[in-house]
Amino acid sequence: MILVWLIVIPFAGGLLCWQMERLGDRPTRSIALVTMLVELLMSLWLWARLDFQLPALDGSGAQWALEFRVTWIERFGIDFHLALDGLSLVLIVLTAFLGVLAVLCSWNEIVRRIGFFHLNLLWILAGVVGVFLAIDLFLFFFFWELMLVPMYFLIALWGHSGSKGKTRIGAATKFFIYTQASGLLMLVSILGLVFAHHASTGEYSFSYQVLLETTLSPTLSRWLMLGFFIAFAVKLPVVPLHGWLPDAHAQAPTAGSVDLAGILLKTAAYGLLRFALPLFPEASQAFAPIAMGLGLLGIYYGAALACGQQNVKRFIAYTSIAHMGFVLIGIYSGSALALQGVVVLMLAHAFSAAGLFILSGQLYERLHTRELGKMGGLWNRLGSLPGFWLFFIAASLGIPVTANFVGEFMVLFGTFPTAPWVVITASFGLVLAAVYSLILMQRVHYGPPRSETPLKGLDSREFAMMLSIVALLIWLGIYPQPLLDTTETTMDEVHRLFEPSSTPVPGVSAEPGAAITLTWEAR
Amino acid sequence: MPFAALVAYLPMILVAATAVAVMLGIAWRREHTVTVAASVLGLVLALIAQAFAWRVIPVQTPLLSFDGLAVLAGLLILASTLVCAILSHAYLESFHGAREEFYVLLLCAAAGGLVLAASRHLASLFVGLELLSMPLYGMLAYAFHEQRSLEAGIKYLVLSAAASAFLLFGMALLYAQTGELRIGLLMAGLNDGLGLWGLAGIGLLLVGLGFKLSVVPFHLWTPDVYEGGPGPATTFLATASKVAVFALLLRLMLSAPVVQGDWLRSVLTGLALASMLVGNLLALTQSNLKRILGYSSIAHFGYLLIALVVADGLAAETTGVYLITYVLSTLAAFGVVILVSSTTGGEDVAALHYYRGLFWRRPFLTAVLTVAMLSLAGIPATVGFIGKFYLIALGVEAQRWWLVGGIILGSAIGLYYYLRVTITLFLVEPGMRRRDASDDWGVRAGGVVVLAVAVLVILLGLYPSPMIELARVLGGIAIR
Repeated sequence: MILVWLIVIPFAGGLLCWQMERLGDRPTRSIALVTMLVELLMSLWLWARLDFQLPALDGSGAQWALEFRVTWIERFGIDFHLALDGLSLVLIVLTAFLGVLAVLCSWNEIVRRIGFFHLNLLWILAGVVGVFLAIDLFLFFFFWELMLVPMYFLIALWGHSGSKGKTRIGAATKFFIYTQASGLLMLVSILGLVFAHHASTGEYSFSYQVLLETTLSPTLSRWLMLGFFIAFAVKLPVVPLHGWLPDAHAQAPTAGSVDLAGILLKTAAYGLLRFALPLFPEASQAFAPIAMGLGLLGIYYGAALACGQQNVKRFIAYTSIAHMGFVLIGIYSGSALALQGVVVLMLAHAFSAAGLFILSGQLYERLHTRELGKMGGLWNRLGSLPGFWLFFIAASLGIPVTANFVGEFMVLFGTFPTAPWVVITASFGLVLAAVYSLILMQRVHYGPPRSETPLKGLDSREFAMMLSIVALLIWLGIYPQPLLDTTETTMDEVHRLFEPSSTPVPGVSAEPGAAITLTWEAR
Repeated sequence: MPFAALVAYLPMILVAATAVAVMLGIAWRREHTVTVAASVLGLVLALIAQAFAWRVIPVQTPLLSFDGLAVLAGLLILASTLVCAILSHAYLESFHGAREEFYVLLLCAAAGGLVLAASRHLASLFVGLELLSMPLYGMLAYAFHEQRSLEAGIKYLVLSAAASAFLLFGMALLYAQTGELRIGLLMAGLNDGLGLWGLAGIGLLLVGLGFKLSVVPFHLWTPDVYEGGPGPATTFLATASKVAVFALLLRLMLSAPVVQGDWLRSVLTGLALASMLVGNLLALTQSNLKRILGYSSIAHFGYLLIALVVADGLAAETTGVYLITYVLSTLAAFGVVILVSSTTGGEDVAALHYYRGLFWRRPFLTAVLTVAMLSLAGIPATVGFIGKFYLIALGVEAQRWWLVGGIILGSAIGLYYYLRVTITLFLVEPGMRRRDASDDWGVRAGGVVVLAVAVLVILLGLYPSPMIELARVLGGIAIR
């Protein structure tokens, strides 16, 4: 039942915020903050209490730490079926944490229609938590689409209209149409899977575990896999399908960007890991070279285009594309180490991108511009803000001691045995990452100052926000083991899909974790 | 007449009797509120009678066949007529001129719809169709001192008459081919060989009925008539009238295993694809809410034609579910337009700029319109999603990939204008023009009905089992 509460609390909190607006600004914001703090504490409490290192029973599929199931639409065997395992818990904690940040970072930025803003913000988070928990394919699709609507409103109503023709409504509509149309492709795939299952057993079911058992012809499996892949690829985003991302980021308010980069992109990686790979293991394996190629393309494309951007937020958006390229490579490499690296990299990117977006929001509050051409020489004018900026830049280019380094290292290290050339090529992408990160730093903070008047430094709220992200990035960069322990069982399941011949041996599954421990002791 | 047949006929009898009673009442004394009350009472009784009719079906008479489809369509027709009647009360309050006759026309049209949805004989088909269409001319041109309303009425009259002529000619040709007027036997007669006359007859029949459904390429009247007609008349046209025609068309297809030759399916597939794409594409540049809804209905019936192409398995159930979802969403959308238009006389308030920033003045009314738009777009948590889910499921099950692709493409295009309407409601611009629903809209009958419909859209979107059960049970009861 606690799983239902995890979804209901932000949902109800949002409604409350809407109605409490008449009491004034502070109560509204406080309610939103308290809601997200409760959500965060609940998920942390679950993390502390539950044991995620359950030994997976052979052949019995995934093991859930918690489950909730009631019949929903009997006609098609659809259940309201929520389940929690290590991976989903980690991502829910991330969602709740970034939710708190999103509320905090809009504290001064959003001044109009605060109640409705927080309604949308909290509903996005509720939808995302639903995506991470849903284990019935219909329910998953339901939340997948549901989280788009408030995001649309967030961008369209509180976003910033850029220059010539780049309106916030246009960006929001583009975002919505991209994701909704690709989502319908996924719905077609889900239905194809369900009817294939119906044809062989005579029963309708949307249950994840039931559908895992479906036997499909290779052709059908390939097409259905592609439907899922495209839906997730749009959201991740993978390069030919990324058109919505820079616009959406550039036009969104800070809280929207934080949610978008930090959480919404992660739902796609989660979907690939949870659904696309396990449901179609053979087809995915056959598709892996293409997916990795797309990942490589993303790394170079994102890096190259980032260098040429004039808008801070567009800049960061393109670096996101590059980082997600690594995630895609890691997911399709299939090695246990790389898959664990994907989890770390997802969190690391969520924190570093959120940090950078919040910082650019703070910069905007002081300078009232996002254009790089109007910045420069800010290092001495802003108190401690440039220091944080430097840290997040370093994190995003993958300096050791930050979580990004751990993630990228594990992904590359784990992928090397299966696809050495991909890893070699991707490693050069890291050089580009250094280039674009330093360009950004240089253009914002160094160079000749435009004026000598000091700007307002960080207040305690902003300082605490930044410090908490920094602490998390360093913690994960130095000692990621608790995180790895939590997701190990889940990722091991995924890993096993890629070696169909070998029977799972209990000793083997412990090995990747041990290898990581060794690696870290050696360093 | 056996008892079962009497029970099955009862809703029609009640509606017709109410029409007569209201007409006589008007002759005696003009009382708007009393007229509305009498019409609503009659329609509620008819709805109850329809629920009883459900218990006795299937019942067949020489002209009419009361199967599950007819009962389901009847329920929808009566419910939407009821909503129209209640909304008309709010709408016509500020109307200058005779108000009461509108309800007579409305009730006659409803009776025609009931007959049409249940007909199994070409004679009852024609009588039903004309009884449905004739009052609509009057209803559309009801505000005849408005140029657009008059234009809408006359446009619909001329084009509808042409379509009826096509229909009659088609019937004549089919009779020439088979010597039969009962639909089932007629279709069976075509079994022996379609022949030139049969082919032409079916084609002309399709033209006639396609016109009423505003399927592309017979859609040209739709936007103008939607825009010009008074709100309640347009609402009736968009919901009850289309439901009746579609129910008939589905019965035609289900009872004609032969005619489902490949050519007919190909033609229907082509019509469906054209409607989905053209409807959605033409809506993109519109800035009038009623026109947008008109184009949107073209697209929606394009989607629904899939049920006719497949015409087995899930088809009847899908039709039922989709018609319910479509009617609910459309009623909610038009309900808001009517409420906003009802305070002032004159043309309807349908241009989008009137709706700018409505949310900040009328949050709940805006919520209704938002829900309606999202439902028409097929977003989860609204009933429209369940309908779209069913259609895609039907297409995937029958492996009609072109049509599935058409739905996806159409939905993607459609999102653009649904979202545009939605976001307009939330924008605030200085100097916006204020035309608004009355302050107490939420506690008046029209407002309550619109709110109830919106709540139903959400509730059935979250828990669709009752709706699915209804469609499944009724879709299963068919007479071959």
